[in-house]
Amino acid sequence: MLTKEEVIKLAQLARIALTDAEVEKFQKDLSTVLDYVDELKKVDVSGVDEVFEVTGLVNVQRDDKAVVADNHQQIFLQAPEMKDGFYKVKAIL
Amino acid sequence: MQATVLLSYHPTRLFIFMNLEYLQLTELRKLLDNKQISSVELTKYFLARVKKSDLNAFITISEEQALAEAKKADDFINSPGENPFLCGIPYAAKDMYCTKGIRTTAASKILDNYIPPYDATIISKLKEQKAVLVGKTNQDQFAHGVSGESSAYGFTKNPWDKTRTPSGSSSGSGAAVSAGLCPYALGTDTGGSIRGPASMCGITGYKPTYGRNSRYGVISMASSMDTQGFLCLSVEDAAHITEYISGHDPKDSTTGYEEVPKYHKNLNRGLKGLKVGIPKEYFLEGMDPEVEKRVREAIKQVEFLGAELVEVSLPNTHYGQMVYAIICPSEVSSNLAKYDGIRFGHSTKNAKDLMEVYTKSRAEGFGDEAKRRIMTGTYVLSAGYYDAYYKKAQKIRRLLVNEFAQVFKQVDVLLTATQPNVAGKSGVAQNDPIFAYIADRLVVNCNLAGLPSISVPCGFARPTDGDTPSMDGLPVGLQIIGPQWGEQKIFNVGYAYQQVTDWHKKHPQM
Repeated sequence: MLTKEEVIKLAQLARIALTDAEVEKFQKDLSTVLDYVDELKKVDVSGVDEVFEVTGLVNVQRDDKAVVADNHQQIFLQAPEMKDGFYKVKAIL
Repeated sequence: MQATVLLSYHPTRLFIFMNLEYLQLTELRKLLDNKQISSVELTKYFLARVKKSDLNAFITISEEQALAEAKKADDFINSPGENPFLCGIPYAAKDMYCTKGIRTTAASKILDNYIPPYDATIISKLKEQKAVLVGKTNQDQFAHGVSGESSAYGFTKNPWDKTRTPSGSSSGSGAAVSAGLCPYALGTDTGGSIRGPASMCGITGYKPTYGRNSRYGVISMASSMDTQGFLCLSVEDAAHITEYISGHDPKDSTTGYEEVPKYHKNLNRGLKGLKVGIPKEYFLEGMDPEVEKRVREAIKQVEFLGAELVEVSLPNTHYGQMVYAIICPSEVSSNLAKYDGIRFGHSTKNAKDLMEVYTKSRAEGFGDEAKRRIMTGTYVLSAGYYDAYYKKAQKIRRLLVNEFAQVFKQVDVLLTATQPNVAGKSGVAQNDPIFAYIADRLVVNCNLAGLPSISVPCGFARPTDGDTPSMDGLPVGLQIIGPQWGEQKIFNVGYAYQQVTDWHKKHPQM
């Protein structure tokens, strides 16, 4: 069973604010999931490679050609807050 | 059966239509090409059904845009020349598909106000066909789920029994096609989310080979498994639609370069000489016995059509659901990191500093299941746990990929049930953190291995968890799994089956 502290740490890493009641709830939920996958421990994977892709495609590249996108106004329409053409955010210093 | 009388603007074109809903695409194409109906009339017909429906299958109904697209389609149809196959025909898209200028939410409050500045590639392709988008369908939030109940916009009802779920996560698309609200609806399938609703709603659902079509503009869930497909009324329709949405996309570097054949042209090949594998591990203990009966009857039917049945074994099948339960949340935790309240989507009004912009925007915007999956992923990817969980899961995934590849050396396709039971009651899946993984255990291995799969209706079975209005019970789905790029094979089997059965022609009483 995950500890409260572990759940609080996870929530911080995941950047999600949790209430105390939620910490308790997710403690139980996450532990349920981890118990569920516990059976995988016994599977023998010696000499087996991980799957990184199923398509056989690796390092697909394109020509480094600049194109005119001209869609920034539409993108900015989605911003929560803008000022003078910049995204407005809380101070980071 | 109701007759719908439509009076057109042209005084000599008075016509009576019996049930335009449930007509297949070739029939709709004929009506439009022969000018027996216009796209605007057809679109109004389906929009009326969409608006009248109480299934909550739609999050956004894009009526104005639909009628504008229908008008454009009509202008094109009225000009000389051949019309694209999907021209003027209404369809719906799961709210995971970015549609330019039309709200796209992934059924989450964190995107409640999001209006994409671009179209997903598949949407662009359908625009080229001059197809008509009527709306965005409801779903599990961010596609996390198997019942539609994690949606922030209420859950969708199963048209066969409104106390039950249509399955998920493409719950709205499944309910919409099943209830005749549109002839086809786009879905996504990362862990069975098209095939589950197809099975539980009694319709056809197609999951492509991973890389068959573009993920560009489709909100990501688990990038190594996300696929884009659809729900529709028949395998014949599926073969047609697939031709128009498939192909390499330079904007998605995981799309393959395989050519897109005219799938519908090769359908009438018959099944003589075809080897059909029956994987014994897919016939589970605890499966609904009536569901198993229906599926075995369907298998017998396929044998009767000329196929040779071969008993095969996929020994690591059982581990797939757990491997998915690790890999899926891992990739989800990465993909959902972009929702930070800075550039788009919900942004909290209660932050005192930058950290709180992130933590509170995400706390306010995400539903419980999204939070669960993000944190599970964060845990199994973190230092000290990565090897034991994520790396190990990816190695077991290799075993699954390999055993499928082995089996496809002996057989052409595999036949299994899509789901081990019929549609469940609403309210059961909610708040159960492993319900979805267990429910999807027959479909999820295809996602891990990137294989194509189609679910077709194969009969009815009575539920074991209570009553249902129909005496026959609820729909059962037959799953046809193919090797990578094996779309033609699975379409051929499904088509042949639908030529000699009429389960796909049965529709709920609405």
